[in-house]
Amino acid sequence: MAETQEFNIISETGIHARPATLLVQAASKFVSEVTLSYQGKEVNLKSIMGVMSLGVGHGADVTIKADGDDAKDALAAVAKVMKDEGLVK
Amino acid sequence: MAQATVTVKDLVDNTRLTIVAGHDYLNRVITTADISRPGLEMTGYFTYYAPERVQLLGITETSFSDRMSHDELLMVYRKMASKQTPAFVVSTNLPIADELKQAAEEAQIPILNTRLTSSQILSNMTYYLGGELAPRQSVHGVLIDVHGLGVLITGDAGIGKTESALELIQQGKARLVADDRVDIHQEDEQRLIGQPSEVLRNLMEVRGVGIIDVQQVYGAVSVRSHASIMLNIHLSNGKIGEENFDRLGNEDDTLDILGVKIKKMVVPVTPGRNTASVIDAAAVKFRTQNMGYDALETLEKRMSAAMQVNEKEDEEAKKHD
Repeated sequence: MAETQEFNIISETGIHARPATLLVQAASKFVSEVTLSYQGKEVNLKSIMGVMSLGVGHGADVTIKADGDDAKDALAAVAKVMKDEGLVK
Repeated sequence: MAQATVTVKDLVDNTRLTIVAGHDYLNRVITTADISRPGLEMTGYFTYYAPERVQLLGITETSFSDRMSHDELLMVYRKMASKQTPAFVVSTNLPIADELKQAAEEAQIPILNTRLTSSQILSNMTYYLGGELAPRQSVHGVLIDVHGLGVLITGDAGIGKTESALELIQQGKARLVADDRVDIHQEDEQRLIGQPSEVLRNLMEVRGVGIIDVQQVYGAVSVRSHASIMLNIHLSNGKIGEENFDRLGNEDDTLDILGVKIKKMVVPVTPGRNTASVIDAAAVKFRTQNMGYDALETLEKRMSAAMQVNEKEDEEAKKHD
Protein backbone atom coordinates (compact mmCIF):
# COMPACT_ATOMS: atom_id res chain seq x y z
CA MET A 1 0.00 0.00 0.00
CA ALA A 2 1.49 3.26 -1.04
CA GLU A 3 0.49 6.48 0.61
CA THR A 4 1.42 9.87 -0.83
CA GLN A 5 1.13 13.41 0.50
CA GLU A 6 2.29 16.74 -0.82
CA PHE A 7 3.69 19.51 1.33
CA ASN A 8 4.63 23.14 0.80
CA ILE A 9 7.61 24.16 2.91
CA ILE A 10 6.87 27.43 4.69
CA SER A 11 9.90 27.51 6.98
CA GLU A 12 12.32 30.33 6.06
CA THR A 13 15.34 28.08 6.57
CA GLY A 14 13.93 25.11 4.64
CA ILE A 15 14.72 21.53 5.63
CA HIS A 16 18.05 22.25 7.32
CA ALA A 17 20.12 19.94 9.50
CA ARG A 18 17.90 19.76 12.58
CA PRO A 19 14.52 19.06 10.97
CA ALA A 20 16.22 16.71 8.52
CA THR A 21 17.54 14.69 11.47
CA LEU A 22 14.09 14.54 13.06
CA LEU A 23 12.38 13.53 9.81
CA VAL A 24 14.89 10.74 9.28
CA GLN A 25 14.49 9.56 12.86
CA ALA A 26 10.71 9.48 12.48
CA ALA A 27 10.83 7.62 9.17
CA SER A 28 13.39 5.11 10.42
CA LYS A 29 10.97 3.79 13.03
CA PHE A 30 8.84 2.15 10.34
CA VAL A 31 9.40 -0.82 8.04
CA SER A 32 7.78 0.93 5.09
CA GLU A 33 9.94 2.49 2.46
CA VAL A 34 9.64 6.25 2.84
CA THR A 35 10.83 8.66 0.17
CA LEU A 36 11.05 12.40 -0.32
CA SER A 37 10.75 13.90 -3.81
CA TYR A 38 11.69 17.40 -4.85
CA GLN A 39 12.31 18.83 -8.31
CA GLY A 40 12.05 15.37 -9.86
CA LYS A 41 14.64 13.86 -7.56
CA GLU A 42 13.63 11.15 -5.11
CA VAL A 43 15.64 10.22 -2.00
CA ASN A 44 15.19 7.75 0.83
CA LEU A 45 13.78 9.59 3.85
CA LYS A 46 15.70 7.24 6.14
CA SER A 47 18.95 8.59 4.73
CA ILE A 48 20.05 11.88 6.24
CA MET A 49 22.61 12.59 3.55
CA GLY A 50 20.01 11.97 0.90
CA VAL A 51 17.55 14.38 2.49
CA MET A 52 20.16 17.09 2.93
CA SER A 53 21.45 16.66 -0.63
CA LEU A 54 18.15 17.88 -2.03
CA GLY A 55 18.54 21.39 -0.64
CA VAL A 56 14.86 21.84 0.11
CA GLY A 57 14.39 25.56 0.75
CA HIS A 58 11.59 27.98 1.54
CA GLY A 59 8.55 27.65 -0.68
CA ALA A 60 9.47 24.24 -2.06
CA ASP A 61 6.77 21.74 -3.01
CA VAL A 62 7.76 18.25 -1.90
CA THR A 63 6.12 14.86 -2.04
CA ILE A 64 6.47 12.21 0.61
CA LYS A 65 5.63 8.66 -0.27
CA ALA A 66 5.40 5.71 2.09
CA ASP A 67 5.14 2.15 0.81
CA GLY A 68 4.72 -0.91 3.03
CA ASP A 69 2.66 -2.51 5.79
CA ASP A 70 2.77 0.53 8.06
CA ALA A 71 2.71 3.15 5.29
CA LYS A 72 -0.20 5.07 6.74
CA ASP A 73 1.38 5.38 10.20
CA ALA A 74 4.76 6.25 8.69
CA LEU A 75 3.31 9.07 6.65
CA ALA A 76 1.33 10.36 9.64
CA ALA A 77 4.46 10.36 11.82
CA VAL A 78 6.52 12.20 9.21
CA ALA A 79 3.70 14.71 8.65
CA LYS A 80 3.55 15.35 12.40
CA VAL A 81 7.28 16.17 12.52
CA MET A 82 6.86 18.48 9.52
CA LYS A 83 4.14 20.36 11.36
CA ASP A 84 5.82 20.36 14.79
CA GLU A 85 9.04 21.71 13.30
CA GLY A 86 7.20 24.50 11.52
CA LEU A 87 8.17 23.20 8.09
CA VAL A 88 4.57 23.14 6.92
CA LYS A 89 1.29 24.76 7.95
CA MET B 1 34.90 5.67 44.81
CA ALA B 2 38.00 4.49 46.58
CA GLN B 3 41.15 6.21 47.64
CA ALA B 4 44.56 4.66 47.31
CA THR B 5 46.75 4.34 50.39
CA VAL B 6 50.10 6.02 50.08
CA THR B 7 52.87 5.29 52.53
CA VAL B 8 56.13 7.13 53.07
CA LYS B 9 57.85 4.23 51.29
CA ASP B 10 55.70 4.85 48.18
CA LEU B 11 56.69 8.50 48.33
CA VAL B 12 60.41 7.63 48.54
CA ASP B 13 60.12 5.11 45.69
CA ASN B 14 58.41 7.59 43.39
CA THR B 15 60.20 10.85 44.10
CA ARG B 16 63.81 11.92 44.44
CA LEU B 17 64.01 11.43 48.18
CA THR B 18 66.43 9.31 50.19
CA ILE B 19 66.05 7.95 53.68
CA VAL B 20 68.19 9.52 56.39
CA ALA B 21 66.63 7.99 59.48
CA GLY B 22 63.66 5.90 60.50
CA HIS B 23 63.89 2.97 58.06
CA ASP B 24 61.48 1.06 60.29
CA TYR B 25 58.77 3.72 60.09
CA LEU B 26 58.28 3.87 56.33
CA ASN B 27 54.81 2.34 56.49
CA ARG B 28 53.39 5.60 57.89
CA VAL B 29 50.44 6.69 55.81
CA ILE B 30 50.19 9.97 53.90
CA THR B 31 46.60 11.23 53.65
CA THR B 32 47.02 14.55 51.88
CA ALA B 33 48.91 15.88 48.89
CA ASP B 34 49.44 19.19 50.68
CA ILE B 35 52.92 19.82 51.99
CA SER B 36 53.66 21.95 55.06
CA ARG B 37 56.54 24.44 55.31
CA PRO B 38 56.74 24.92 59.06
CA GLY B 39 58.51 28.28 59.01
CA LEU B 40 56.38 30.13 61.54
CA GLU B 41 56.17 27.02 63.69
CA MET B 42 59.94 27.26 64.20
CA THR B 43 59.22 30.45 66.16
CA GLY B 44 56.70 28.63 68.35
CA TYR B 45 53.55 29.74 66.52
CA PHE B 46 51.53 26.52 66.13
CA THR B 47 47.99 27.88 65.78
CA TYR B 48 47.66 26.86 62.11
CA TYR B 49 50.09 23.94 62.13
CA ALA B 50 48.98 21.14 59.79
CA PRO B 51 50.39 18.03 61.49
CA GLU B 52 48.92 15.54 58.98
CA ARG B 53 51.09 16.89 56.17
CA VAL B 54 54.60 15.98 55.15
CA GLN B 55 56.83 18.63 56.76
CA LEU B 56 59.34 20.20 54.41
CA LEU B 57 62.34 21.94 55.98
CA GLY B 58 64.38 24.15 53.71
CA ILE B 59 67.02 26.77 54.10
CA THR B 60 64.65 29.17 55.92
CA GLU B 61 63.73 26.68 58.61
CA THR B 62 67.20 25.24 59.15
CA SER B 63 68.98 28.60 59.21
CA PHE B 64 66.49 29.92 61.72
CA SER B 65 67.12 26.90 63.92
CA ASP B 66 70.79 27.92 64.18
CA ARG B 67 69.65 30.88 66.26
CA MET B 68 67.70 28.72 68.69
CA SER B 69 68.90 27.02 71.85
CA HIS B 70 69.03 23.24 72.15
CA ASP B 71 65.99 23.19 74.46
CA GLU B 72 63.90 25.51 72.31
CA LEU B 73 64.68 23.52 69.19
CA LEU B 74 63.89 20.18 70.78
CA MET B 75 60.61 21.55 72.10
CA VAL B 76 59.58 22.88 68.68
CA TYR B 77 60.52 19.68 66.83
CA ARG B 78 58.73 17.55 69.45
CA LYS B 79 55.61 19.63 68.88
CA MET B 80 55.92 19.18 65.12
CA ALA B 81 56.43 15.43 65.43
CA SER B 82 52.79 14.61 66.04
CA LYS B 83 51.04 11.26 65.82
CA GLN B 84 49.69 12.08 62.35
CA THR B 85 52.84 13.53 60.84
CA PRO B 86 54.00 11.15 58.08
CA ALA B 87 57.56 12.35 57.50
CA PHE B 88 60.11 15.14 57.69
CA VAL B 89 61.83 16.14 54.47
CA VAL B 90 65.02 18.21 54.39
CA SER B 91 65.89 19.81 51.06
CA THR B 92 69.16 20.88 49.39
CA ASN B 93 71.13 18.27 51.38
CA LEU B 94 71.11 20.64 54.34
CA PRO B 95 72.57 19.42 57.62
CA ILE B 96 70.03 17.79 59.91
CA ALA B 97 69.87 18.98 63.51
CA ASP B 98 70.34 16.39 66.27
CA GLU B 99 67.21 17.77 67.91
CA LEU B 100 65.14 16.88 64.84
CA LYS B 101 66.63 13.39 64.75
CA GLN B 102 65.78 12.92 68.43
CA ALA B 103 62.20 14.23 68.16
CA ALA B 104 61.53 12.20 65.03
CA GLU B 105 62.93 9.02 66.57
CA GLU B 106 60.78 9.48 69.69
CA ALA B 107 57.65 9.85 67.59
CA GLN B 108 58.78 7.11 65.15
CA ILE B 109 58.72 9.41 62.13
CA PRO B 110 61.17 8.90 59.25
CA ILE B 111 63.47 11.71 58.07
CA LEU B 112 64.10 12.00 54.33
CA ASN B 113 66.38 14.28 52.38
CA THR B 114 67.17 15.28 48.82
CA ARG B 115 69.69 17.32 46.92
CA LEU B 116 66.83 19.17 45.21
CA THR B 117 65.81 22.61 46.40
CA SER B 118 62.63 23.10 48.42
CA SER B 119 60.55 24.26 45.48
CA GLN B 120 61.81 21.43 43.25
CA ILE B 121 61.06 18.68 45.76
CA LEU B 122 57.79 20.39 46.69
CA SER B 123 56.43 20.14 43.15
CA ASN B 124 57.92 16.65 42.77
CA MET B 125 56.05 15.45 45.88
CA THR B 126 52.84 17.35 45.15
CA TYR B 127 52.64 15.91 41.64
CA TYR B 128 53.08 12.35 42.84
CA LEU B 129 50.80 12.63 45.87
CA GLY B 130 48.18 14.59 43.92
CA GLY B 131 47.89 11.80 41.39
CA GLU B 132 47.87 9.02 43.97
CA LEU B 133 45.45 10.62 46.40
CA ALA B 134 42.95 11.95 43.85
CA PRO B 135 39.45 10.43 43.98
CA ARG B 136 39.30 7.24 41.97
CA GLN B 137 36.63 5.34 40.15
CA SER B 138 36.68 2.06 38.29
CA VAL B 139 34.72 1.82 35.07
CA HIS B 140 33.78 -1.28 33.08
CA GLY B 141 35.14 -0.73 29.62
CA VAL B 142 38.23 -0.69 27.45
CA LEU B 143 40.61 2.26 27.31
CA ILE B 144 42.73 2.64 24.20
CA ASP B 145 44.88 5.41 22.83
CA VAL B 146 43.76 6.09 19.27
CA HIS B 147 46.13 8.41 17.41
CA GLY B 148 47.12 9.93 20.75
CA LEU B 149 43.55 10.34 21.96
CA GLY B 150 42.31 8.43 25.02
CA VAL B 151 39.11 6.67 23.97
CA LEU B 152 37.00 4.86 26.55
CA ILE B 153 34.86 2.16 24.94
CA THR B 154 31.84 1.20 27.02
CA GLY B 155 28.80 -1.00 26.43
CA ASP B 156 27.18 -4.17 27.66
CA ALA B 157 29.24 -7.29 28.28
CA GLY B 158 29.78 -9.30 25.09
CA ILE B 159 29.03 -6.45 22.71
CA GLY B 160 32.57 -6.46 21.33
CA LYS B 161 34.50 -3.76 23.16
CA THR B 162 37.65 -5.84 23.47
CA GLU B 163 37.41 -7.27 19.94
CA SER B 164 37.14 -3.88 18.29
CA ALA B 165 39.98 -2.51 20.44
CA LEU B 166 42.09 -5.53 19.49
CA GLU B 167 41.48 -4.93 15.81
CA LEU B 168 42.69 -1.33 16.10
CA ILE B 169 45.76 -2.47 18.04
CA GLN B 170 46.55 -5.09 15.37
CA GLN B 171 46.31 -2.41 12.70
CA GLY B 172 48.73 -0.24 14.69
CA LYS B 173 46.11 2.48 15.04
CA ALA B 174 45.62 2.12 18.76
CA ARG B 175 47.49 1.21 21.91
CA LEU B 176 46.02 -0.68 24.84
CA VAL B 177 45.78 1.08 28.17
CA ALA B 178 43.28 -1.07 30.06
CA ASP B 179 40.90 -3.90 29.20
CA ASP B 180 37.70 -4.62 31.11
CA ARG B 181 38.46 -2.50 34.15
CA VAL B 182 39.70 1.06 33.82
CA ASP B 183 40.88 2.84 36.96
CA ILE B 184 40.22 6.53 36.57
CA HIS B 185 41.43 9.47 38.61
CA GLN B 186 41.10 13.16 38.13
CA GLU B 187 44.38 14.92 37.42
CA ASP B 188 42.95 18.41 37.35
CA GLU B 189 39.52 19.93 36.94
CA GLN B 190 39.08 18.86 33.34
CA ARG B 191 41.43 15.94 32.94
CA LEU B 192 40.69 12.31 33.65
CA ILE B 193 43.55 9.85 33.64
CA GLY B 194 42.78 6.19 33.07
CA GLN B 195 45.07 3.30 33.80
CA PRO B 196 44.86 -0.46 34.23
CA SER B 197 44.84 -2.27 37.53
CA GLU B 198 48.32 -3.65 38.17
CA VAL B 199 47.10 -7.24 37.80
CA LEU B 200 45.54 -6.72 34.37
CA ARG B 201 48.25 -4.49 32.88
CA ASN B 202 48.86 -5.21 29.13
CA LEU B 203 46.41 -8.11 29.22
CA MET B 204 43.24 -8.62 27.24
CA GLU B 205 40.63 -11.30 27.46
CA VAL B 206 39.28 -12.28 24.06
CA ARG B 207 36.29 -14.59 24.15
CA GLY B 208 37.05 -17.98 22.66
CA VAL B 209 40.77 -17.26 22.62
CA GLY B 210 41.68 -16.53 26.21
CA ILE B 211 44.17 -14.13 27.72
CA ILE B 212 46.51 -12.25 25.39
CA ASP B 213 49.56 -10.34 26.59
CA VAL B 214 49.38 -7.47 24.14
CA GLN B 215 52.91 -6.26 24.80
CA GLN B 216 54.35 -9.75 24.25
CA VAL B 217 52.39 -10.38 21.08
CA TYR B 218 52.23 -6.97 19.41
CA GLY B 219 55.24 -5.25 20.91
CA ALA B 220 56.07 -2.43 23.28
CA VAL B 221 54.53 0.24 21.02
CA SER B 222 51.10 -1.40 21.32
CA VAL B 223 50.62 -0.55 24.99
CA ARG B 224 50.53 2.55 27.18
CA SER B 225 50.64 2.81 30.95
CA HIS B 226 47.94 5.49 31.12
CA ALA B 227 46.00 7.91 28.95
CA SER B 228 43.98 11.06 29.33
CA ILE B 229 40.37 10.17 28.55
CA MET B 230 38.98 12.53 25.90
CA LEU B 231 36.15 10.60 24.32
CA ASN B 232 33.65 7.93 25.29
CA ILE B 233 32.33 5.61 22.61
CA HIS B 234 29.37 3.67 23.87
CA LEU B 235 28.54 0.58 21.84
CA SER B 236 24.82 -0.09 21.67
CA ASN B 237 22.81 -3.11 20.60
CA GLY B 238 19.84 -0.96 19.67
CA LYS B 239 18.59 -1.12 16.11
CA ILE B 240 19.18 2.02 14.09
CA GLY B 241 15.44 2.52 13.59
CA GLU B 242 14.48 1.91 17.21
CA GLU B 243 17.00 4.12 18.94
CA ASN B 244 17.74 7.68 17.99
CA PHE B 245 21.43 7.77 17.17
CA ASP B 246 23.23 11.02 16.54
CA ARG B 247 23.14 11.14 12.76
CA LEU B 248 25.03 14.35 12.11
CA GLY B 249 27.37 14.36 15.10
CA ASN B 250 25.92 17.55 16.51
CA GLU B 251 24.37 16.28 19.74
CA ASP B 252 25.97 17.10 23.06
CA ASP B 253 25.89 13.77 24.81
CA THR B 254 28.35 13.48 27.70
CA LEU B 255 29.58 10.91 30.20
CA ASP B 256 30.16 12.13 33.74
CA ILE B 257 33.08 10.60 35.62
CA LEU B 258 34.19 12.12 38.94
CA GLY B 259 32.38 15.32 38.00
CA VAL B 260 34.24 15.69 34.70
CA LYS B 261 32.14 15.61 31.55
CA ILE B 262 33.59 13.95 28.49
CA LYS B 263 32.09 13.78 25.01
CA LYS B 264 30.04 10.65 24.46
CA MET B 265 29.14 9.06 21.15
CA VAL B 266 26.63 6.22 21.02
CA VAL B 267 27.51 3.85 18.20
CA PRO B 268 25.19 1.04 17.07
CA VAL B 269 26.71 -2.40 16.68
CA THR B 270 25.01 -4.30 13.89
CA PRO B 271 26.07 -7.11 11.55
CA GLY B 272 28.08 -5.78 8.65
CA ARG B 273 29.32 -2.74 10.54
CA ASN B 274 32.99 -2.76 11.33
CA THR B 275 33.02 -1.34 14.83
CA ALA B 276 36.79 -0.89 14.88
CA SER B 277 36.81 1.34 11.85
CA VAL B 278 33.86 3.29 13.23
CA ILE B 279 35.82 3.92 16.45
CA ASP B 280 38.83 5.02 14.40
CA ALA B 281 36.65 7.41 12.39
CA ALA B 282 35.05 8.79 15.56
CA ALA B 283 38.45 9.51 17.10
CA VAL B 284 39.73 11.20 13.96
CA LYS B 285 36.56 13.25 13.67
CA PHE B 286 36.82 14.33 17.31
CA ARG B 287 40.41 15.41 16.70
CA THR B 288 39.67 17.43 13.60
CA GLN B 289 36.70 19.00 15.35
CA ASN B 290 38.98 20.11 18.18
CA MET B 291 41.29 21.57 15.56
CA GLY B 292 38.36 23.66 14.37
CA TYR B 293 37.18 21.72 11.35
CA ASP B 294 33.64 20.40 11.26
CA ALA B 295 32.43 18.59 8.16
CA LEU B 296 28.85 19.34 9.16
CA GLU B 297 29.50 23.04 8.57
CA THR B 298 30.70 22.25 5.06
CA LEU B 299 27.56 20.23 4.42
CA GLU B 300 25.33 23.00 5.78
CA LYS B 301 27.03 25.64 3.65
CA ARG B 302 26.63 23.57 0.50
CA MET B 303 23.02 22.87 1.42
CA SER B 304 22.23 26.57 1.85
CA ALA B 305 23.78 27.28 -1.54
CA ALA B 306 21.69 24.51 -3.11
CA MET B 307 18.56 25.87 -1.44
CA GLN B 308 19.09 29.32 -2.94
CA VAL B 309 19.50 27.88 -6.42
CA ASN B 310 16.46 25.67 -5.97
CA GLU B 311 14.29 28.49 -4.65
CA LYS B 312 15.05 30.53 -7.78
CA GLU B 313 14.23 27.58 -9.98
CA ASP B 314 10.93 27.10 -8.15
CA GLU B 315 10.04 30.77 -8.69
CA GLU B 316 10.89 30.55 -12.40
CA ALA B 317 8.76 27.43 -12.77
CA LYS B 318 5.81 29.15 -11.09
CA LYS B 319 6.02 32.12 -13.47
CA HIS B 320 5.72 29.80 -16.45
CA ASP B 321 2.67 28.01 -15.01
